[in-house]
Amino acid sequence: MDAATHSLPTLADFLAEPIAKRALLACVMIGFSNGFVSAFVVLRKSALKVGTLSHALLPGIALAVLMAGLTQWSLLGGAVFAALIVGLGSVFLSRTSRLDQDTAMGILYTTAFAGGYIILQRLSVRQKLDEWLFGSIVGMADSDLWIAFGISVVAVLTLTALQRPLLIYLFEPNIAASLGVPVRLLNYATFAVVILVLVSSLQAVGCILSVGLMVAPAATVYLLTDNARTLFWGGGLIGAIGSVTAFFLSYPLGWSVSATIILVLGAFFLLAYVFSPRYGLIRWGRRVDKVVAPGAAGGNG
Amino acid sequence: MSGARLASEGQAHPHGHPDHVCWGGKPGAAHHHVLKVTGLSVSYREVRALESVGFQTECGRSIALVGPNGAGKSTLLKTLAGLLVPDAGDIQWRGKKLTQSSFEIAYLPQRGEVDWEFPITVRGLVEMGRYPNLGWWKPYSKHDEEIVARALAAMQLEDVQDRQISALSGGQQQRAFVARALAQEAHVLLLDEPFTGLDKPAQDNLAALFRELTREGRLLISSHHDLATVPTIFDEVLLIKRRVVAFGAVSEVFTPEAIAEAYDS
Repeated sequence: MDAATHSLPTLADFLAEPIAKRALLACVMIGFSNGFVSAFVVLRKSALKVGTLSHALLPGIALAVLMAGLTQWSLLGGAVFAALIVGLGSVFLSRTSRLDQDTAMGILYTTAFAGGYIILQRLSVRQKLDEWLFGSIVGMADSDLWIAFGISVVAVLTLTALQRPLLIYLFEPNIAASLGVPVRLLNYATFAVVILVLVSSLQAVGCILSVGLMVAPAATVYLLTDNARTLFWGGGLIGAIGSVTAFFLSYPLGWSVSATIILVLGAFFLLAYVFSPRYGLIRWGRRVDKVVAPGAAGGNG
Repeated sequence: MSGARLASEGQAHPHGHPDHVCWGGKPGAAHHHVLKVTGLSVSYREVRALESVGFQTECGRSIALVGPNGAGKSTLLKTLAGLLVPDAGDIQWRGKKLTQSSFEIAYLPQRGEVDWEFPITVRGLVEMGRYPNLGWWKPYSKHDEEIVARALAAMQLEDVQDRQISALSGGQQQRAFVARALAQEAHVLLLDEPFTGLDKPAQDNLAALFRELTREGRLLISSHHDLATVPTIFDEVLLIKRRVVAFGAVSEVFTPEAIAEAYDS
């Protein structure tokens, strides 16, 4: 932000800085892993849940900083702890009351978020508050990069190894068990992957915008393909390309990198929404009359 | 028409899974796999949905599962599929107690419960039927490809195999799920209201395919709400209203009295 008002070094000079190189690498890795996982989030129709989880990370991190000081591991531990509390807590609340899980989550995460905000305000790390909320990809250290790399590898490997059972589970969550899918194991594994990737994107784009990074890439590809596998790799690609594009755009414009990443991904989505050869708005207008018939017949059951 | 092709393909099965198939192979080898259900009770929380249901049948039959709303038709199908855990009773398939899901038994959901916008083609859906056999890692082989191709042909889906599943007619959608069960090499097909929402020609077509499947030696159990068409489509009927009201050949037990007993409260 400040950089724009001073006399600006050229982009080439900026790229020579280690800070810029690290940020660029982070864009590639975090963009790809989030985009890859976004396929799962979109197919699972759990964008809202991810939004809840990402906000829940803030109080967890605040508590961890309060108790153990600011290190990568306390961040990770605090994030996982908070996600578990809100995730499992909402299940518990909905089972033991007449409320549904979405309602329970809505209460839990906003309460937790408010508490976390106040803790962070009172702590001496106040100037960091903006970074938790909106990320700071330019401020990443080497160790942050390694963590981001490790998380990306774990996420891609896990979802790839589980691809077969995962697709059945995502297509028919209620009857996947009859096709031999270990539903409970998948639930835990994917929950773990989502939290890990959220933690890494937290540094890049912050807890408010991270939902966009974990939804928009695959949502874009969803409008372009009929193949669920393409959604994973395509989502990763779109996530990485979008993040890198945003990195190069944000520098000359003097915009926040994290906000630019989400803006670029939003623009990608809009393009696909309008121009997708199969499911775009323009194409849609032409085939509405054909599609309505079987859909309507399938409705009564 | 398609019937002759289906029958000859059913007998071919050159891949030799002696333990897995009750159709094809030596004539007379089929029709011996017994499904025996005894004292089956299922509840949702405190509400009893099924009360000591018992019946016995075998491969090569098609059974209509008939009863009023809330009689437990879907519950029975889901329990047989291993999706619900019964409070009491057991299910024996081929002489062994079923304790978990078996790929020999396929469950076909109601069309209203399927996410038709899921990014998958007809072929992709049928290929899913191979996964239980393949497990997580085993590569998808030529053998699997042949089985999928055969299932697509048997269900007359070759021309639409590359379409996304929402771009199918109701009858084609139903057949796509049957094709997946065939690719799964299932003996027993549990279908939830397969005829609902189909127009007359599609119903007739599906009924003809059902007859072919049972002739091959498969066992079909479908919930069905159109009482008038039960005799033309099915061999046996299981009338339930939480308990078994009547079970047996349609010609013998599907009487006005039994129907009245199931439907009148």
